[in-house]
Amino acid sequence: MSSSSLPLYLAAERGSLYRGLTTVSAILVVGLAAFIAFPFVWMLLTSLRTQQEIFSNPGNLIPATFNLDAYVRIWSELPFARLFLNSVVFAGGATFISLFFDSLAAFALARLEFPGKTIAFYLVLATLMVPYQITLIPVFQTVFDLHWLDTYQGLIVPRATSAFGIFLLRQFFVTVPRDLDAAARIDGASEFRIYRSIMLPLARPALATLAVFHFMYNWNDFLWPLVITSSTEMRTLPAGLTLFSGQFVIEHAVLMAGATISLAPLAISFLFAQRFFVQGIATTGIK
Amino acid sequence: MFLLPSAVILSVFVLYPIVQSLWMSLHDWSMFQAAHEFVGLANYAELLDDPRFWNALTNTIVFTVVTVPLQVVIGLLLAVALSRARWWAVFLRSVYFFPVISSFATMAIVWRFLLSADVGPTAAWLRDAGFTPLDALHSPTLALPAVILVGLWKNVGFTMVILVAALQDVPESLNEAAVLDGASPWQRFIHVTIPSLRHALLFTTVIAVIASLQVFDQVYVMTRGGPLFHTETLVTYMYEQGFREYRSGYAAAIAWVLFLLIMLVSIVQLRLFRYRDVE
Repeated sequence: MSSSSLPLYLAAERGSLYRGLTTVSAILVVGLAAFIAFPFVWMLLTSLRTQQEIFSNPGNLIPATFNLDAYVRIWSELPFARLFLNSVVFAGGATFISLFFDSLAAFALARLEFPGKTIAFYLVLATLMVPYQITLIPVFQTVFDLHWLDTYQGLIVPRATSAFGIFLLRQFFVTVPRDLDAAARIDGASEFRIYRSIMLPLARPALATLAVFHFMYNWNDFLWPLVITSSTEMRTLPAGLTLFSGQFVIEHAVLMAGATISLAPLAISFLFAQRFFVQGIATTGIK
Repeated sequence: MFLLPSAVILSVFVLYPIVQSLWMSLHDWSMFQAAHEFVGLANYAELLDDPRFWNALTNTIVFTVVTVPLQVVIGLLLAVALSRARWWAVFLRSVYFFPVISSFATMAIVWRFLLSADVGPTAAWLRDAGFTPLDALHSPTLALPAVILVGLWKNVGFTMVILVAALQDVPESLNEAAVLDGASPWQRFIHVTIPSLRHALLFTTVIAVIASLQVFDQVYVMTRGGPLFHTETLVTYMYEQGFREYRSGYAAAIAWVLFLLIMLVSIVQLRLFRYRDVE
């Protein structure tokens, strides 16, 4: 598709009315983009202001003086390091384990023969359609019965595999030519060896997409950690910041600094790997 | 063997809970009690008589009915405007997509701040311009629109990205033929672009409806369902019943109403679009 210049057959259309419309729509599109970006810009700029200035001059966009005070104080005024660590352990752990289990199950569904395989595949598909609010209350009960409330295993284990991940990887594995693993099988490779040395390396792009998706989904998730954790020491960033934001003791600049830091890992990854974010979200539809 | 870890986890934490949630909804089930009395459909009957449930259902439906058309139309217009591969279009697409990857709860804190009547910038600007600040999040009439606006802010980029991808699959020859037939840009949009995007439009609409019916994060953070339940939705009400009042059976019944609603809407939408396909 032509990108740098308009296709020839459209050239005739570039009359003054067309130009006028284009200008109007360009202004709208850029204006709306400014609206979309504004909360992020505001968050960043406010994190650099003093509490005094926020109260005396709330409409001021550009800080009078840039100071990084809030970024220093957040670590002492909140158990912020702990929240951050919890988010890393939860999102990182769930992502890592889920990639492993998802790919194992996907390999079995794509390559191995066993009784009940078709039913297993349909069950995976069926669970894709169920919103997790439906299962939240019984799962909470189960986690409670296991004495896992307010623990890492309570947060991670129910998230340690995903029907979506299994489905995505299974679809990918099915497209891998059978000749590859047939040859390895003749050479005496075990199934696990085939999974480990042939399938996984080939599936790297799909795994990357899935990793980004899982990490983002869990890092940002709010309702799940809100329900499963109860102590300040076990909260993740979104749930923890929300609880602290309701209190008067915390200053706005400090809160905005916390929001900025919690956004940073995804924002930086997004800069470098936008493709995987878009693919991950576009294929699931889950946000 | 390979299937075992996933099979165990999915069974214990997804499949079994689906059945258990239905089972719970038929009991007077309290989270931390040992015995649970079977009550048949009493929880569902109680829902029918519960004004707070009807209020939450109405709010959820209003939220969905306002959000979805706006999200799809704005997303479509943005996609058409930004589908080219020029650097400015790529940059603007990233801007629009950025809220999609951010934590909604965290950004809802920022939004609550932006809309706050005492320290928020929007209130300050209104004061400077000689108006009274709106204090939208504490206003019975403006709180729900504010929650809707923030939902659109977050999700419009999702619709746009899906439609951009679909637009890039529309064969250039279709547009070319339409131009040769003397079609105006508007006619091409209506007769070429929209029909070619039918499947992507269906997909984004269904996803937007499902996500809207499940609205929770921004409501919980920005208004807690207030003022006076004016923004309470099905999921926030379920959360209140399940995790504040510990009425698991009643909360499970709410969850099942939500599930049935989602299934119903999805089936209707798939039907509607299929019939249009036949025409």
